[in-house]
Amino acid sequence: MGIGLSNYLTLAAMVFTIGIAGIILNHKNIIIILMSVELILLSVNINLIAFSTYSGDLTGQAFSLFILTVAAAESAIGLAILVAYYRNRGSIAVEDINSLKG
Amino acid sequence: MYELIVFLPLLGFLVAGIFGPWIGARGAEYVTTGLLGVSFVLSWIAFVMVAGGADAHVLLGNWFTSGKLVATWALRIDTLTAVMLVVVTTVSFLVHVYSVGYMSDDPSRPRFFAYLSLFTFAMLMLVTSDNLVQMFFGWEGVGLMSYLLVGFWYERPAANAAAIKAFVVNRVGDFGFSLGIFLTYYLTGSIAFDQVFAAAPGLVGKTVHFIGFNWDAVTLACLLLFMGAMGKSAQFLLHVWLPDAMEGPTPVSALIHAATMVTAGVFMVARLSPLFELSSTALSVVTIVGATTAFFAATVGLVQNDIKKVIAYSTCSQLGYMFVGLGVGGYSIGIFHLFTHAFFKALLFLGAGSVITAMHHEQDMRAMGGLRKEIPFTFWMMIIGTLALTGVGIPFTPIGFAGFVSKDAIIEAAFASHRYGAVFGFLCTDIAAGLTAFYSWRLVFMTFFGHRGDWAATLPAKAHGDHGHDAHDHGDHAAHESPLVMLAPLAVLALGATFAGTAFRYLFIGGGHEGFWRSSLFLGQENHILEEMEHVPVLISLSPSLFMLGGLAIAYYMYLVDRTAPARLANAFPAIYRFLLNKWYFDELYDFLFVRPAFAVGRAFWKGGDGAIIDGLGPDGVSARVLDVARSAVRLQTGYVYHYAFAMLIGAAALTTWYLFNGAMR
Repeated sequence: MGIGLSNYLTLAAMVFTIGIAGIILNHKNIIIILMSVELILLSVNINLIAFSTYSGDLTGQAFSLFILTVAAAESAIGLAILVAYYRNRGSIAVEDINSLKG
Repeated sequence: MYELIVFLPLLGFLVAGIFGPWIGARGAEYVTTGLLGVSFVLSWIAFVMVAGGADAHVLLGNWFTSGKLVATWALRIDTLTAVMLVVVTTVSFLVHVYSVGYMSDDPSRPRFFAYLSLFTFAMLMLVTSDNLVQMFFGWEGVGLMSYLLVGFWYERPAANAAAIKAFVVNRVGDFGFSLGIFLTYYLTGSIAFDQVFAAAPGLVGKTVHFIGFNWDAVTLACLLLFMGAMGKSAQFLLHVWLPDAMEGPTPVSALIHAATMVTAGVFMVARLSPLFELSSTALSVVTIVGATTAFFAATVGLVQNDIKKVIAYSTCSQLGYMFVGLGVGGYSIGIFHLFTHAFFKALLFLGAGSVITAMHHEQDMRAMGGLRKEIPFTFWMMIIGTLALTGVGIPFTPIGFAGFVSKDAIIEAAFASHRYGAVFGFLCTDIAAGLTAFYSWRLVFMTFFGHRGDWAATLPAKAHGDHGHDAHDHGDHAAHESPLVMLAPLAVLALGATFAGTAFRYLFIGGGHEGFWRSSLFLGQENHILEEMEHVPVLISLSPSLFMLGGLAIAYYMYLVDRTAPARLANAFPAIYRFLLNKWYFDELYDFLFVRPAFAVGRAFWKGGDGAIIDGLGPDGVSARVLDVARSAVRLQTGYVYHYAFAMLIGAAALTTWYLFNGAMR
């Protein structure tokens, strides 16, 4: 039994779920949220590549390369914001960040 | 000329009121006093002309026309109006002059003089009116100016309270007055005096249905109109505002609350004499109310200690005399007393103002004494005023001080009249003559005789703290005579108080009255009161003078010979003393009967009706519900990123599920 499309999709779904859970369940460190976001993006990439291979269309793989690039830029910006935030508030614990509270 | 008399004071008001800040206090004084002086001179010319038979009717314009109801602006100049013109402009002019001195240290003099002039204008509109609505215009105008002038020192709570009280009590009377106007229009179809008087004889015997009873039409109209007169002229039951109105500046008390405005009721009854003459019942009511007032106010005056309050109650009492004179059918006698009273009561008030100035704004007579030597001119003026008020004169001749001629005529007329209530009127006015002498001489003895501080022992501690607008320096300072600008009006009024009675008796109530009054006062066929009063028994003619001498003797004994007598008397009859000192407890009674219930009803509507129901169900209720919803919505906004992320996830999942299932079904 070879590795089929459904296996890839299952893996992507698992990674996606882990990412979501990381965001929702994590109450401590905001860097973990960034990492979880990366995981979600990765799961999307896996989906794209899987479908690309499955349907023999290279567009999906090209698209995933773009996503990787953008994700790198995004995490750079995210980390920069974090550093600035830490300098201002002295903490990056998720539970301390609730300025939007009504 | 008649337009000038009426409208010059209005011009003075406009100039002083609008341009006061530019022309300054001195300018306002000159303009208003000067214009009123012209008005004063013209009034006397008009008086002489009208007395010579030159009645006039000046149509100024149309006010409004609504169907049959036509109200015009017009000046009706007949003898009655001319007498009132003379009284109003003379006293007003002298008060203007006097105020230049009396108010000299007041910062808002332009406002004061503007008010005085506007008051004079309103009063002149009242006395020159030729229909009931214009009279009501003047009537309300003087009421408004009374409110503004009583509350002139508006930073004093007592003055504001007195002003509001004067206004509210007058509203009660004005309510009756306006109902009377409505009824008169309903009955006669007109508000113009000429038409009303022409239609009046046809109304005898008619009835109107009102609050469940059938009333005699003329009687009801007269009683309602008289209710207005009671309010304005401070008659019994509606008198409570007049003593409180003494919170105003003293010139105001002299002008408004002694000589002019409070006599508007007397004027109104005299003006409507063709109506009143048709209703014997209404005239009996007028007599009884007047007599009660004359007696009641005199008794209260016996024990008051504030110099202005004594004179205020005296005014109230003398107004009662006037109504007795009107009530027994002697309209000219009532107006004659109005005329003389204006002189001597204004004199007494302005004299009291001079005393108050000399005493550095102390008004309590118990802090005075011995002022005879320090302010001799004021002393002699007050003596003349008192002689005129108490009615000193030579019995059986028309020679005497002003009050002697007019007041004794009222008492004799009350005796001679056969109207129901006239006996009561006679008794009350005759006894009140004695009471008048007592309280007037008591005032003079306490203020001018003895030594300063003779009565200080009876002063309650700090009782003087709430008198006067500047009471901090009273007491042992030497009293000083007032400036000439204040004394000159006193001298003029003293002339009037001395000679007005003797000089005008022949015209007003003597043999010349028919040619003098002509059609301005109406006397019925059976009304011969002016002849009958000449033929009363000797003892009756003498009785007012006897009562007066008795009052003088008792006052002399109690306040000069044996100074402990007043206190002993008060201790012997504590209940009566307290009853009089508290003005028959009318303030307390009205407070209990009307003021408190009114406040309670007001509070119920405020708290219950407006607060709980309208606001509770309306704006306040809605906004409270909105807040409740918002508060629960706020609880959703925790500020934690993972909560928002969770909500997004749930939302995305729900949307996806929705599309998946819908897609499957399609």
